Amino acid sequence: MTALDGRIDYDVIAGWVSPGARVLDLGCGDGALLRHLQESRGATGYGVEIDIDRVIAGMKNGINVLQIDLEKGLYDFVDQSFDLVIISNALQTLHRTEKLLTEMLRVGREAVVSFPNFAYWKHRVAIMDGRMPVSDRLPYQWYDTPNVRFFTIADFEALCEKLGIAIRERLVLDDAGQPVQDEPNFLGSFALYRLGGARG
Amino acid sequence: MANDIAIPEDSVGIVSPLCARFDTPLTLKSGAVLPGFELMYETYGELNATRSNAVLVCPALSGHHHAAGIHADAPKNTGWWDNLIGPGKPLDTRRFFVIAVNNLGGCHGSTGPMSINPDTGKPWGADFPVVTVEDWVAAQALLADRLGIDCWAAIIGGSLGGMQAMSWSIHHPSRVRNALVIASAPKLTAQNIAFNEVARQAIITDPDFHGGHFYEHNTLPRRGLRLARMLGHITYQSDDLMAEKFGRRLREGGRKFSFEVEFEVESYLRYQGDKFAGSFDANTYLLATRALDYFDPAHDAGGDLAAAFAPATADFLLVSFSTDWRFAPSRSREIVDALMRNGRNVSYAEIESSAGHDSFLLDDPHYHAVLRAYFDNITV
Repeated sequence: MTALDGRIDYDVIAGWVSPGARVLDLGCGDGALLRHLQESRGATGYGVEIDIDRVIAGMKNGINVLQIDLEKGLYDFVDQSFDLVIISNALQTLHRTEKLLTEMLRVGREAVVSFPNFAYWKHRVAIMDGRMPVSDRLPYQWYDTPNVRFFTIADFEALCEKLGIAIRERLVLDDAGQPVQDEPNFLGSFALYRLGGARG
Repeated sequence: MANDIAIPEDSVGIVSPLCARFDTPLTLKSGAVLPGFELMYETYGELNATRSNAVLVCPALSGHHHAAGIHADAPKNTGWWDNLIGPGKPLDTRRFFVIAVNNLGGCHGSTGPMSINPDTGKPWGADFPVVTVEDWVAAQALLADRLGIDCWAAIIGGSLGGMQAMSWSIHHPSRVRNALVIASAPKLTAQNIAFNEVARQAIITDPDFHGGHFYEHNTLPRRGLRLARMLGHITYQSDDLMAEKFGRRLREGGRKFSFEVEFEVESYLRYQGDKFAGSFDANTYLLATRALDYFDPAHDAGGDLAAAFAPATADFLLVSFSTDWRFAPSRSREIVDALMRNGRNVSYAEIESSAGHDSFLLDDPHYHAVLRAYFDNITV
């Protein structure tokens, strides 16, 4: 993602964060999002990151960062102890997708999930041409990608249905960071969701 | 003479130990009263005008006040945490005023078993009262008073030193802004207490221990201390590191079918044991391991660690090391968990290191980058 795209994503997420909210940001990278939420929304909370260089970058950015392996779950986070649990552009890098989504809504009252849409038309064209897609949203070769789960907007929504997760808001963006209304699973390259428990 | 010593640019240079004498009686957690006491300490850097840049370095089991730099009369005796403390180092003495102490019950000049008991005119020996982490913190607080430090910018310690940092944050919340707790635990496990007990038994059952009054017999429980240290060393390292350092290598040629030193690892342990036995006091070793055993802040809060940390207001950094099985990462996670339950600011790094518990004394680049990033964000 480009820096500009990052800021658009961040502003969308910031709009879903109530002032002073307690936030857990999973796969927080260098902490830029959490710092943005602290500065723009007065949010407090923690970033979770596995990579030590990003942990150090997060500390330099002045956020609370916890070096924890998300593949092992959120076992020591207390039920409903956060207003919002975010996983921004990182769900596709983790194996235990179902477990993590369930855990996010155990620990948080709401969840925000954003991910690149594998069914974006340019990605489809690449596949039609017989090659794995490489794009601004999927900027890796197949042999060096950190992504381990490849899914589409339709796939994700089907999984939410299966897990009883309520989709409260959805925003799909194209490559230019503009909202996509029609045919989102074809024209959108990046999706953001605000989620809640089915009975929440 | 001092001018002849080559001092690296990032060293605090030649330092002199200082001694603070306290004549007011100190009531210990056990109820025993020390009529007065002395604490040895060293300082590095300068206290700023607002007294907001002071950092306390708490020693681990065998640590003391000589944490950085060198002594003019012993240029090779570099401080035990010299790789951390100095101008331009992660704990940068150009910004921070650093104080390191030798705790009560120690054997490096602070009042301890080797000091004279005013009631008897003889060394305290085994009669020196059992001291706890809380007692050490109480004594350190008196030293802070003496030096005019109302609030520490940070308190840092590894292992048993981390326990002191935690204790400060609980018992003197208004006096510590940041607590850096490295390779520590909220309390020892049964296995950990068991290791301490074996070490203590090695000392106590040494015929030269004389019930702790060996000074009067002009001897040392050398064998016991040596065994205690050998055992300690095994537990402070990882299986991997020992395999890497020694493997099954023999010192010379083939097997001699004897019980002499044949394997490299045996030679190493004996060397470490001998070195320690000649320089550390057996009674201090007993006291320090007991302080480790007793530390359990949750015990005073109905067994609930989060409740124990409720008074704390500091920001925290927790660091653990992947191969540290004596103070395992999961133990640091317990502390992180308790702090999160209190909504405290806390960061946590789990450093990949092959060196086991001893990693906290080494200068792994990631480890030091974490400490540097954290210290750099502390305002003074």
